[in-house]
Amino acid sequence: MYSENVPRHCFTRKDLILPFFFIKSMYRSERQFRAIDFRERNNASEDSELRFVTCQSLWNQIKSETEQIQEDLNKQLFDNLLSFLRRSHSEFQEKTTEWTCQMKSREIPTAALVLGVNVTDHDLTFRSFSEVLQNNITPYIALLEAKDCPDIKNLMQKLMGQLMNCYIDVDSLEDEDSVQVSQNRIRCSMTSLINWYENVTKTLAISSGCGYIQRHGKFHNKSTSRLHSHQQLLLTTQFPFKLGEKVLQVLINIFLYHDFSVQNFIKGFQLCMVEHFYSQPLSVLCCQLVDTKKRVNSLSHDQCENIRKLPSFRRYVESQVSEKQIALLTADNFLKEIIQKLLEDLHVYHENYVSVLRCLHVFTSSLPKYPLGKQIRELHCACLENRVWETEEYESSLQLARMLNKSDLVTMLQQCVEIFVSSSGKEFDKTVEKLKEFLTQFQKLEVAEAIQERDVSVSSQKELQKKTDLYHLQKTLLELKESRRSKKLTKFEMLRFEVVDYIDSLVRTYLVPADHKTLHEIVYFNTASVLRGHLNAAPRIALHTALNNPYCYLKNQALKSDGGSISNKAPDICIVYKLHLECGRLINLVDWLEAFSTVVMAVEGPNADAASSDQVDDIIHARFIRAVSELELLGFIKPSKQKTDHVARLTWGAC
Amino acid sequence: MSQTEGKGSGALQVKFVPDEEVLKHIADDSGIKVRKDKTQQMVNVKRFVKKLENISDDEDQEILEEKNYVAVLGICAQDSMGNGSSVSGGEVYSFQTPKRSSKMAELASELAQTPGQSVASDHSKCPEKTAKTPQSSSNKKKEFVSTTPYRLRKRLAAPDLYLESESEYSASCSEEEDEEDQKEVSTVLSGQKTPAKTKAASTPPPRNNLGKKNKEDKMSNLVEEYFEAHSSSKVLTSDRTLQKLQKRRLNQQTLHDLLKKAPLAYAAEIKELNQQHESLFSKWMLQMHLGFNIVLYGLGSKRDLLEKFRTSVLQDSVHLVVNGYFPSITVRSILSSITEEVLDHIGTFRSPLDQLEFIIKRFKEDSSLELYVLIHNLDSQMLRGERSQQILAQLSSLPSIYLIASIDHINAPLMWDQAKLSLYNWLWYETTTFSPYVEETSYENSLLVQQSGSLALSSLTHVLRSLTLNARGIFRLLAQYQLENKDNPSYPGLSFQDFYQQCREHFLVNSDLTLRAQLTEFRDHKLIRTKRGADGVEYLLIPVDDSTLTDFLEKEDEDV
Repeated sequence: MYSENVPRHCFTRKDLILPFFFIKSMYRSERQFRAIDFRERNNASEDSELRFVTCQSLWNQIKSETEQIQEDLNKQLFDNLLSFLRRSHSEFQEKTTEWTCQMKSREIPTAALVLGVNVTDHDLTFRSFSEVLQNNITPYIALLEAKDCPDIKNLMQKLMGQLMNCYIDVDSLEDEDSVQVSQNRIRCSMTSLINWYENVTKTLAISSGCGYIQRHGKFHNKSTSRLHSHQQLLLTTQFPFKLGEKVLQVLINIFLYHDFSVQNFIKGFQLCMVEHFYSQPLSVLCCQLVDTKKRVNSLSHDQCENIRKLPSFRRYVESQVSEKQIALLTADNFLKEIIQKLLEDLHVYHENYVSVLRCLHVFTSSLPKYPLGKQIRELHCACLENRVWETEEYESSLQLARMLNKSDLVTMLQQCVEIFVSSSGKEFDKTVEKLKEFLTQFQKLEVAEAIQERDVSVSSQKELQKKTDLYHLQKTLLELKESRRSKKLTKFEMLRFEVVDYIDSLVRTYLVPADHKTLHEIVYFNTASVLRGHLNAAPRIALHTALNNPYCYLKNQALKSDGGSISNKAPDICIVYKLHLECGRLINLVDWLEAFSTVVMAVEGPNADAASSDQVDDIIHARFIRAVSELELLGFIKPSKQKTDHVARLTWGAC
Repeated sequence: MSQTEGKGSGALQVKFVPDEEVLKHIADDSGIKVRKDKTQQMVNVKRFVKKLENISDDEDQEILEEKNYVAVLGICAQDSMGNGSSVSGGEVYSFQTPKRSSKMAELASELAQTPGQSVASDHSKCPEKTAKTPQSSSNKKKEFVSTTPYRLRKRLAAPDLYLESESEYSASCSEEEDEEDQKEVSTVLSGQKTPAKTKAASTPPPRNNLGKKNKEDKMSNLVEEYFEAHSSSKVLTSDRTLQKLQKRRLNQQTLHDLLKKAPLAYAAEIKELNQQHESLFSKWMLQMHLGFNIVLYGLGSKRDLLEKFRTSVLQDSVHLVVNGYFPSITVRSILSSITEEVLDHIGTFRSPLDQLEFIIKRFKEDSSLELYVLIHNLDSQMLRGERSQQILAQLSSLPSIYLIASIDHINAPLMWDQAKLSLYNWLWYETTTFSPYVEETSYENSLLVQQSGSLALSSLTHVLRSLTLNARGIFRLLAQYQLENKDNPSYPGLSFQDFYQQCREHFLVNSDLTLRAQLTEFRDHKLIRTKRGADGVEYLLIPVDDSTLTDFLEKEDEDV
């Protein structure tokens, strides 16, 4: 620590190696560099480069896809805003003579955009909006953020700066006045702005209320609807990479409980991908179906072994006959064939899965109380987690589905037909047929019902005319009612049961959880703990654990202790920490030191002879000082002036 | 409950006082037990202590519920590093609860007597050692029981070797405790049947265990404890000071030497931990290139780890190392080293924001520029401010600046709001190293360490070197004046007006505005302190001790 007494708190490489720019150029190609990262870890084997390239290209695809979604989402909003701006200005330019317009020219047309609490994404929205403006309407745009503008003076300065910069770039088009303003822009006031606005009528001022105007009713719609649209992404069959249930749950929870930020959600997704391709050597097979054949064929022996180690593949092997088992475990070529087939199966499974999931969602999303969730992602999670048909929620949804009325059921079936027709799966011809058959049956039922209804009403009317005494009337009415319920409803009910059962059978065949599928490890990323650790870490808990239970980290038997106690051989800082927990707001350093030395002396044992004991004392003292200053650095204590030689404690709680 | 009724009617019959009966029963029991088997009783008591210190059943329940929430968040997954994710938030740091002053010593002796892990209570084996244990209690009975609860211990405390001669310092615990003692005695009185001999044995059950208390809701208990802890401003600690201890204050150098002599505990395990972390280097590089920034947390200095990262991976690329723990580091100096040393820009900026804008512009223009920034202790005193963090966050959000930083403070994550977090785009890595914070704490103004002044001196010269000649002259004036008055204990500092006059005389300033601007700069660098006197006059002081100041002036003279 004394070598650094010269305050070199900041230093760059430059003073150590001069031609560093030159050396750097070796790594100019970033791509090459990243591939090296992949390789290093995996000992150059296991197709790390290919994996990296796959990962990158896949990510680029996904990124452009999400940008597209984002753009589509914003498009309508931007269009509205643009038309508003055009309108307000055309009005202004057309009727400059009118009195009202002259009044208006003193007002700046303003649109308030309510985006909700989701702050981090707003930057992006505004930025893209200003781009749109720049392209479509005017180069004069000032984008102000609340955090840059603590007061009105700053605001004006920023505003003028942005407008003037642009002004200077375009240059010489405008009259003298504005130039003048730009010269004394620091002192410019509201009036000068307005003057300027009048002179340069093409300029726009848009006040974008994002931090200021928040309406809680609206934000939820906005941000969740965004997530909603992004979940399409998760469900497309276009990308081979998939998220496992737990990972998805973590990402969604971070979104809903922490930030409402779509950007962060996408980043999490990116992290998952990188993590998957980095840590799973077999992820090389996680590519478009067209490429798989080539890649499977070029698998090395090591990679084949990796496949054999996969739990899902082992399960598969065990279910085969013994000759095939042997072949799978010994012959690489045979194995590759099978892998190819299994991967295709997996692909088909996923295609079917998505369609059936959508279809099921049509049903569940209209049930009262949404036992399986309102959003398709909730349903997706439920299906990924375990066999959905074994859950209580599914059972109750079926119960509810059996009580749907006819018109609802018909529209749902129609929707399902649409889904299946448009789906890429090939197995659904029969399903579509069947569903259509149901629809025609419903129609027939309707017709038949109508006829019957008429009959009944006619006949009953006749009957009513015939008999007039009260007793009989009552009786016939009751009979009528009885027969209506038992006879006609049964037909519909039967059909309804049939439909629900059919949907149920679809679910059972196609919505098998992904981790029951062979080779799912290649495509699904499911290590949620990694993700959580990196995105939603808990530094305090880590610190707490390290201090209270050092054995978690230092695997030494001496540190092993049970329950809440701590071994006295623990590192100094743990002991000091443990001792300080026993204190109140203030801690007497002398008491603390003595308590510490009691513990430490006990550990060192009585063999420390008297001659050196003084030195031992000093060392213990020094160790104590170090531990205390470390606690101070960590924020557990701080010096206190309340009492001599006391420090104040800063944390509380059961430990 | 029936107790109040009984009292109301005036019929003070023992029958109707179930609480007391219960108490009597318990007291009796414990008495018998002790007579039967002393060690067993010890174990009993031990359990008591544990029960008190640990969480009660109710709290367990709460934690369970929290765990459910945690499971919803997807935590429950198995963890490779075995880090503390199994601990729920509520367990970690909550409200203040009342603590007793002697508890620390108690725990210390308890720890001292537990060889390794077993909490056996064979204290009789080592009476000498326990006698050494400092006990801040006024009673002097030559008996010591380490594992008994606090109340008992107070009566049976061992004498203190250090303090026996200075009895005035041993009377430490404040009156409040005595009051409680009284109360306690009165409760114990009901258990009179206990033989008087059993000093150690007449362990009254802790208050929590009384039937009445048990009925209370745990929650209200917590609330009560909270208010009890905050009710009085009285400090329940002993009055001993370090001066009374026959121990000289260590200065940095001796401290350092002494620590060198002490072997690092668990070196092998720590090394293993570090190796685990080092295996992540290539992953960090990859992730930084993909637009993430890395933040390291966990107990132990992460300085060596980052250094290793620097030397093994960043050797051939441009990088900037920021020692955040250095007491006079500023964001401006970080930005300056980027503009000056990385971008080769000579010139000054009006504000850090301008500087930042310049940097951002340059990095955007030239896509071949890449910079790795390593910050040790991003959460240090000087960098934790909102503005500093904002600037650093904006810097880190540049695609060609790769930031890897470490944090240590328990509240460090509170520095960042959503906006900053999204700019930083952190990936969190737990890197618990258990290495001592040697560098990081060497600047800390620890109470126990005598300040050598060398640090202050070097920072003084460092800062002044970057100032103009006039500014240095101004500072010299002030320093000289302060040294002239060093024998005056009530020296308030130099008043602004006097100072202004002197500066004018030396042709250092031409208006009081210039002087004020200069003083503001000094103040920003923490070179001077101003305070208002009773008469409202502003006084200026250099908050450095005189010897350092003398050294400084000498050094300055050499330079000139």
